[in-house]
Amino acid sequence: MVENRPWLNILTHAVLTLGVAIIAFPVYLAIIASTHDGGAFLRGVVPLLPGPHLLDNYGRMLGQGMSTSGAPPLTLMLANSLLMAILIAVAKIAISITSAYAIVYFRFPFRILAFWIIFITLMLPVEVRIIPTFKVVSDLGLLNSYAGLTIPLIASATATFLFRQFFLTVPDELMEAARVDGAGPMKFFRDILLPLSRTNIAALFVILFIYGWMQYLWPMLVTTDTKFYTIVMGIKRMAAVADADPQWNLVMAAVVLAMLPPVLVVIFMQRLFVKGLVETEK
Amino acid sequence: MQTKRTIFPNKWLPYALLAPQLAITLIFFIWPALQAAKSSFEREDPFGFRTTFIWFDNYARLFADPMYLNSLWRTLIFAVLVTVIAMGVSLVLAVAVNRLLRASRIYTTLLVWPYAVAPVVAGILWWFMFNPSIGILSYVLGQLGVSWNHRVNADQAMILIVLAASWKQISYNFLFFVAGLQSVPASLSEAAAIDGAGPLKRFFTIVFPLLSPTTFFLLIVNINYAMFDTFGVIDATTSGGPAQSTNILVYKVYADGFLGLNIGSSSAQSVLLMLIVIVLTVIQFRYVERRVQY
Repeated sequence: MVENRPWLNILTHAVLTLGVAIIAFPVYLAIIASTHDGGAFLRGVVPLLPGPHLLDNYGRMLGQGMSTSGAPPLTLMLANSLLMAILIAVAKIAISITSAYAIVYFRFPFRILAFWIIFITLMLPVEVRIIPTFKVVSDLGLLNSYAGLTIPLIASATATFLFRQFFLTVPDELMEAARVDGAGPMKFFRDILLPLSRTNIAALFVILFIYGWMQYLWPMLVTTDTKFYTIVMGIKRMAAVADADPQWNLVMAAVVLAMLPPVLVVIFMQRLFVKGLVETEK
Repeated sequence: MQTKRTIFPNKWLPYALLAPQLAITLIFFIWPALQAAKSSFEREDPFGFRTTFIWFDNYARLFADPMYLNSLWRTLIFAVLVTVIAMGVSLVLAVAVNRLLRASRIYTTLLVWPYAVAPVVAGILWWFMFNPSIGILSYVLGQLGVSWNHRVNADQAMILIVLAASWKQISYNFLFFVAGLQSVPASLSEAAAIDGAGPLKRFFTIVFPLLSPTTFFLLIVNINYAMFDTFGVIDATTSGGPAQSTNILVYKVYADGFLGLNIGSSSAQSVLLMLIVIVLTVIQFRYVERRVQY
């Protein structure tokens, strides 16, 4: 702070409080709505204070799901989401760290070409090539499978760049010393490079877990079998039904459950999250 | 391109290390993109028996189609509004947090979590608040004499998706603005304060200009976000309606290809979208970030 201006301090806190309130209000409403019974919404306005049906609603959604929308119980969808997010994060990190290692520590024909092929993935988000990608996945017989949900999403230019940048800052002497001591490339990778990359891997895992959890369009396309529904895509189906037959308390319980895991990850791993976000950013 | 001073001499190992990433990229990224490019030059007959090569006919039709031009226009409005609102609000919040000595961490925690909310969930939250029959905001607006129904009113539908999309993006911009503000040397502001410049003047003549790399970077990222990552917001709230008013390009590709089964037109739209992403990516790497060198 440059100088002390009391009115400016008050204004600062007022602005931030207002900002926090605006950011939190939609979620507050959702949580409140999930604690009432269905009848509370028939009076025309959403209740603003908590009701007594919190355990009912969540218990029912986790155990049975919303029968009218044909969606499975939320426990299954949450498990699918968790599995998908973890598989995507782990696979992205695994294939990116090895790619970066190859590009930095070896010299071989087509090295630059390989780098550019990976770079191109940045320019081809799944949203713009939906139909042909769907066709490839369906030709490979991967519809309605965990492989189909995850494999097409695990190429990652940003993760590769992050590891490449990091490897370039690792002192050359480490590798030279390892070679003098007779370590081969895989031993050097496993015993020296991987331990050094620990923080980067953790930060990246946080970001990629959130990325995987938030996937919507892709699971919607490749899954028709309710066994493979993820929670983020399942919610839309429940909400669409709720519009005709309002079960807002149940839909909002599902919304809260769909938000909770990644939001908790951000809150409790804030340091890693910020590091991952700022450093992976292209 | 940089490598290490000494390298490992293996001939086949680097290829093995690269193989998984390259295989996935080729199969699920490049091959489909080429397929899209190919079918954007073709027309299928209604039964799918024959495809004919028709040069740029699909593109010509697109640009002659008022629906597509409308979608372009709507995308532009949407992207500009989301970018301005999300960046404006987060800059104010970041400047406020940056003034604080204590409590900045708490505010940061309370402001960044929407990053982890999926776009489709953000859409449902705002849709719930603006629901014409039970939504709290539509009720308040009704009391103020505004009849809210985004199912029939095109402008209100646009406002709804802009709010939902901006709400989610504020946390991201906020983090980058805070990082940018922290790298502005305090000594400059202090010197200006000694010379008698007030807080507003200091902000606009010193801090904001020094923040311009961050601002420009966020500008590109936000346009990118508004154009490509908001599919879930649209799908959860308006599904492109009413009367195509919120049918932005990325939603139209999906609707025309998957629901309308117009492969030729959808592919041409895909190719045009890819060109937009390529331009944005090139701008970002060429002019914004110099951290990545080739």
